[in-house]
This record gives sequence, C-alpha cells and structure tokens, in this order.
Amino acid sequence: MIAYIIRRLLYAIPILIGVNVLTFALFFVVNSPDDMARVNLGVKRVTPDAIQKWKEERGYDKPLLYNGAAAGSGRFTDTIFYEKSVRLFAFDFGYSDQGRDIGYDIRTRMWPSLAIAVPVFLLGLVAYLAFALTMAFFRATYVDFWGVVACVAMMSISGLFYIIGGQYLVGKLLNIVPISGYDGGADAFKFLVLPVIVGVVAGIGASTRWYRTIFLEEINKDYVRTARAKGLSEPRVLFRHVLHNAMIPILTGVVVVIPLLFMGSLVTEAFFGIPGLGSYTIDAINSQDFAVVRAMVFLGSVLYIIGLILTDISYTLVDPRVRFE
Amino acid sequence: MMPFKPVFLWTDVLIYLLLAVVGVLIWHIRRHEHLRAPWRKVARSASGMSAATVLAFFVVVGIADSLHYRPAIEVRDGKTIYAVEVLSFFDKVATKLRAEKARTYSAPLATHRYAKETIELPDGRQVREYPRLTHGGAHLVDPVADWGPDIARRCLYGIAAGALVWLAVAALLCASLARRRAADIDRMWIAVWRGETEIPWRAILLTLAVMLAVGGPLVALAAKYHVFGTDKVGQDVFYQALKSIRTGLVIGTLTTLVMLPFALLLGIMAGYFRGWVDDVVQYLYTTLSSIPGVLLIAAAVLMMQVWIETHPEFFDTVLARADMRLFFLCVILGITSWTGLARLLRGEALKLRELEYIQAAHAFAVPHFRILARHILPNVMHIVLIAIVMDFSGLVLAEAVLSYVGVGVDPSTISFGTMINSARLEMARDPIVWWSLAAAFTFMLLMVLSANLFADAVRDAFDPRIGAARPLRLAAGKV
Repeated sequence: MIAYIIRRLLYAIPILIGVNVLTFALFFVVNSPDDMARVNLGVKRVTPDAIQKWKEERGYDKPLLYNGAAAGSGRFTDTIFYEKSVRLFAFDFGYSDQGRDIGYDIRTRMWPSLAIAVPVFLLGLVAYLAFALTMAFFRATYVDFWGVVACVAMMSISGLFYIIGGQYLVGKLLNIVPISGYDGGADAFKFLVLPVIVGVVAGIGASTRWYRTIFLEEINKDYVRTARAKGLSEPRVLFRHVLHNAMIPILTGVVVVIPLLFMGSLVTEAFFGIPGLGSYTIDAINSQDFAVVRAMVFLGSVLYIIGLILTDISYTLVDPRVRFE
Repeated sequence: MMPFKPVFLWTDVLIYLLLAVVGVLIWHIRRHEHLRAPWRKVARSASGMSAATVLAFFVVVGIADSLHYRPAIEVRDGKTIYAVEVLSFFDKVATKLRAEKARTYSAPLATHRYAKETIELPDGRQVREYPRLTHGGAHLVDPVADWGPDIARRCLYGIAAGALVWLAVAALLCASLARRRAADIDRMWIAVWRGETEIPWRAILLTLAVMLAVGGPLVALAAKYHVFGTDKVGQDVFYQALKSIRTGLVIGTLTTLVMLPFALLLGIMAGYFRGWVDDVVQYLYTTLSSIPGVLLIAAAVLMMQVWIETHPEFFDTVLARADMRLFFLCVILGITSWTGLARLLRGEALKLRELEYIQAAHAFAVPHFRILARHILPNVMHIVLIAIVMDFSGLVLAEAVLSYVGVGVDPSTISFGTMINSARLEMARDPIVWWSLAAAFTFMLLMVLSANLFADAVRDAFDPRIGAARPLRLAAGKV
C-alpha cells in the first residue's frame, strides 16, 4: 500500500509542474509585468519610473526564464520563473503584491474557512443521503415524483438567491442571527449558523438527485433481488445492502472535495463577511493582486490532487474487489 | 442612404454560426430515420416540450437581441453618418422601455418615485414629496384614483390580446394537423384537447396559454409603466431582464461551441489511438481539471482584463469591448470545462474501438481518420448532445456567480449576474428595493428550469444509462 501511495504521489509531480507552467504562462507571458504594473497603478497616469519601482518592489524586474547577467546557477534561479513559480513547490508563497506574507495569511485564514466548510460538508452529506434514501424507499410513488420535481426546481435556483434570501429571511426579517461578520471562539457559532444552513440548503437539489440515481441503479441489481427473495425487510435491504454498495460511486464525488474544504467558498464567505480563504481570494481578484491569485491556484490544485489520491485509497478500503496494483 | 449600418460583433457571428450548424443538423437528422427516432421520443415528452416552448421564447428574444446595427443620423456631403451607439433589433422593438428612463429607483408599476424629493412649486414654495415619474403612469390625470382601474383595464386588454393570439395559434395548429392526417378540424381539436396526439400538443398549448396570459398584460402595461420598476440609475428593470436573456444564452451555448472541437478531437483520439496520444491528452486534462474551476477562470479573466485594458486600440465601441470580454469569458469557461466531456468521450472511444465493426474496418484497411469520422464520431454524438444540454443551465448559473465574484461579464453588459450584483446592497434599504433582484432571479429560474427539464427529456431519449454520470458541474455553480 505504501508503494502504491508513493507511486501516486510521484504521478502528481508532472501534473503540478504542468499547473505551475500554466499559471506562469498565464500570469507572465500573456501579459508582461509592465502591463500588470500599468493596470495596478492605473492605466492613464503612470510614468516609466513608477512602473520600474512597482516591479522592483515585487521582484518582477528580473528576466522571465534566463538571467544572462547573473553568474553560475544564478542564471536560472535569479529569474521570475524560479522566484515566483518554482518556489511554490516548497509552499513558499512569497509576498502578495500589497506586501503581505501569503503563507501567514493562508495559515490564519484557513480556520474560518474550515469552520464553515466542514459543517456544510458533513451536515449536507447526511441530509442529502437521508433525502435520497427516502426517495429511493418510496420510488415510483408520489413522494418520489414530487421529490424529483422539488430537486429539479431547487437546482434551478441560483446559489446567490439562497444566500440573499437566507440573509433577508433569517437575519433581517426574523432577526435571529447577525447577517454577516465573524468572531473567534464560542461567539463564532452565531455567525456560522446562517452560512451553514444556506450552504446545506443550496446543495439539496443537485446532490439529492444525484444520490437518488445512484441508489436506484443499485436497487435494480441482482443482489438486491436475492436479498428480497430471502425475505429481508425493505429497510434492511436499503440500509445494509444498497447503502453499503452505493458507497463506492458516492465516494468518488465526496472524498475528492475533502481537501478542498480548506479553500472555503468564494461567494458564501464574501456575502457573510467571513475572513476565510474564499474571501481572501475574492479580495485579491478585486484588488488585482496577482501574487495571491497565483498562490491560491497552486494551492487549489495541490489539494485537488491530494483529494484524487485519497479517493483511490478510499476505494480500496470500501471495495475489496479493488486492489493496489 | 442606408437607414442603418449592420454591426457584427464576435458573439453575433458565433450565434449565426451556431444557428447555421443547428439548421444543417436538423436537415441532416430529418433525412435519416435512425437519427429521428430519439428526437421523436423527446417530442413525446410533455414536460420536455413544455420546457422547449418556454426556451423558444428565450431564444427568439436572444436572436432578436443579436442583430446589431448603428442607426444613421444624417447625410453630410453624400456620406451617411452613423451613430456611435450600437443597437439591436430587440432594442428597436423595445425602444419605449430603453428610452423612457426614470431618474432613480421606482417600484413596479409605480407612478411616483421611490424616495421623497424637494420640489419647487410654481409660487416659489418648496415641498418634500414623491415626484411623479416621467414615464410610469404619466398619462394618468389623477394617479391616485385612476391608477387601479387603468392597471386593471390594461391587464384585461393584455389578456384579451393574448387569448386572441393563443386561439389563432391553436386554430392554425389544429388545421395543419387535420390537413396532414386528412381528418376533420373539430375532431382534431378534440383529439388535441384529450391529449391523444403523439406529440403532447395539449401541454404545449397550455404552456403557451400561461405564457401569453402573463406576457400579454406585461407588454400592455410596459407601454405606460415600468412593470418591474426601475433601478438605481432609472433604467427599466423589465428591459434589463429581457436583455440579460441574450447574455445567458451566449454563455450557455457559445461556451460549449468553443470547447466542443477540443473535447471531440482530443477525447476521441485519446481513446482510439491509445499509447502516447492517450498519455498526452490525459496529462492535459488532468492538469487543467486539477486547478479548481473558479480559480482558473478568475486567473484567466484577470489576465484578460489586463490585456483588454492595455490594448484599447482593438475596440472601436464600448459594446465591442464588452462583447470581446463576453467572448473571452466563453472561451475561458470552455477551456476549463472541456475536460469532463473529453474524459467521457475517451472512455466511450476506448469501448468502441474494440467492437466488431471497427475491427472489420481495420481489416479492410480503412484509414484511421476515416474510421474516426465515419464510425466513432457518429456513435459518440449522443454523449456530446447530452453534455451540451446538461451544461447549459450550469453555465447560466455560473455566469451570475462569476459576475458577482468580479470575473464575469463586463460591468456594462446587462446580464443576470450584473443585475444581481448591482442590486445586492439594495436589500439593506428601507423600504427595501426588491424588484431588481426578484426580476433577475425569476427570469433566471425560468430559463434554467426549462433548460433543465428539456435536458432531462433529451437525456432520457438518447441514453437513460448516462443518467448516472454526474452532470458536469462547474465549481463556480456551487455556492
């Protein structure tokens, strides 16, 4: 198993190099650092000196790939590519264009993100599976039919509506919890209730429907017929047999997102004023802080790849047919 | 002198191209029975056809909004001068909505402005009261007394007109159905009404009736009122909601059109050739899909913004610039979302290449690209079609989120996202300004819901098994 994990980790390296080269091309080749400086300083009133100064402060004044002026290994390390992209592999995110330490920001801001993302993930998973199992239990009845109708309707509603509607209903009309904001410690609870509820409700439509499809596919298999033929009760068939076997396709979608929970959610955090990584990214986008966006892109893909590896490992844990090869 | 000069924006041209492709496909499908069969199944689904009726309305508005021109202003020295402003055919139809502006917020169907203002009376005194709107209910002599009856009368007119249109459509439909089957027209009418026709005409006609019953009064009222109120700068919200339709359609369809060639070519080639081609393609899409969608989009859009800002010489009008941004957004969304489809196609091609008829083609020494084009491509088209229709609604929803995040369409482009974005702080006002948000969400819900229902009908008809594949959902579509 360890050999397998090591091999999977080695597979991840070329992909991360690809991500790195892609972001480098996107951020430094499509537009030169001069262009970025100009946009950051305001296109109209900008002097060459100001551009030069902006670039020097942020280390963008070096050559892109090859520094002919430097000596020895400095020819390759004293370049933008090495300083800004290669260092990401060591999780050395450097400083943002505003001069803040990105690594420190990420370490402090990931906790509020997790405080929302983990409850949404866990509560959501339980709720969606429960709804989907109920619909599968009542399949081909009115419960199932109207359940599907409700799911399609709910997944057709924009996520923004759930947030704005939730804020208005719970926060402003009923005045139960604050509309937005965040606080550490026990006070965090009252700020987290609303975003968590909204996050769970917003996912009901698509997820419940997806799990229902999985359950229905399992229910039509032979082993379920055998179980029924042996005289097992329907709840027992559903919970012991269908649910267990449906775990395999469910895991595909679920495990992969677990590491990404660190990243938080852009829109929810921005709307509710949560100082997590999601709102960090949004702020960076709005203030055109390229260094932060670059770091988040890299971090996101690292987490995604970890998720993929975890998914493969989890398969072998739930499905004895899958072996490490 | 030409009264106008046609303007072809990038997205316009692509929409025309898309329409041409759809036209050719329809012509091609009509001539082949085996291709028609699944579409017949779609046509038999009542929910699917009702949804298609609603979608047809959106498409008509969207196409009308894609015929752009610059009106002529005057002729000087034999040369015609054209306005800088680019209008669309839809703008022309909705001139009243576009041109009649209030100065700031006003509630739906209001005759007075939303907030009190200081008004100077003719005798020099100043009072604070709600000023009358220049357009909304301006024809009423006594707004307080006349407002209710006027609204009711217009609603009735609208419904009556809608009913007339509906009767005409229903009669024409029955007549043409009766003629084709050589039956009596009144028998046909009864058959339609009892739902005995193969195509669910009853459901379609009922949907049309509801649409006309709502749309008729809306149009009748829009002539004299701001039906959905006005926004902060006094623009009619009804007009904005209708204009947003085109943006939504463009994002939902052109994105797929842009990504389709990549996904098709690379996906099929990877599955068919295997070996190093497969490795390269797999590497490509694993790399691209390992970057969380919304972050990649954000990064790309940020860079595109920089490029547009530093290259103003490429755009002669504001609209051309906004349109370029919309087009780029479609390309970027396409690049980030082709991976899912490519993966599906690769899997299918892997399966197909082992089948006997492909083996037979190999035995007859048919060249590879002929096998790809003649034997593999037609047999994966159902996956492509399902992916297209399933992606549409997700993309429309994603546009709103992206515009909110600040990496969506240009702020000057009217879209559901920009409407929601500019209205999101209005909920904090007292009394709250809810109409912009309500209109944007309602139109978006209608569009996405009907697209989802239609997509389900298409999926069921083409491949019930694929229902297990999770719809390609952009990370951006999630909250």
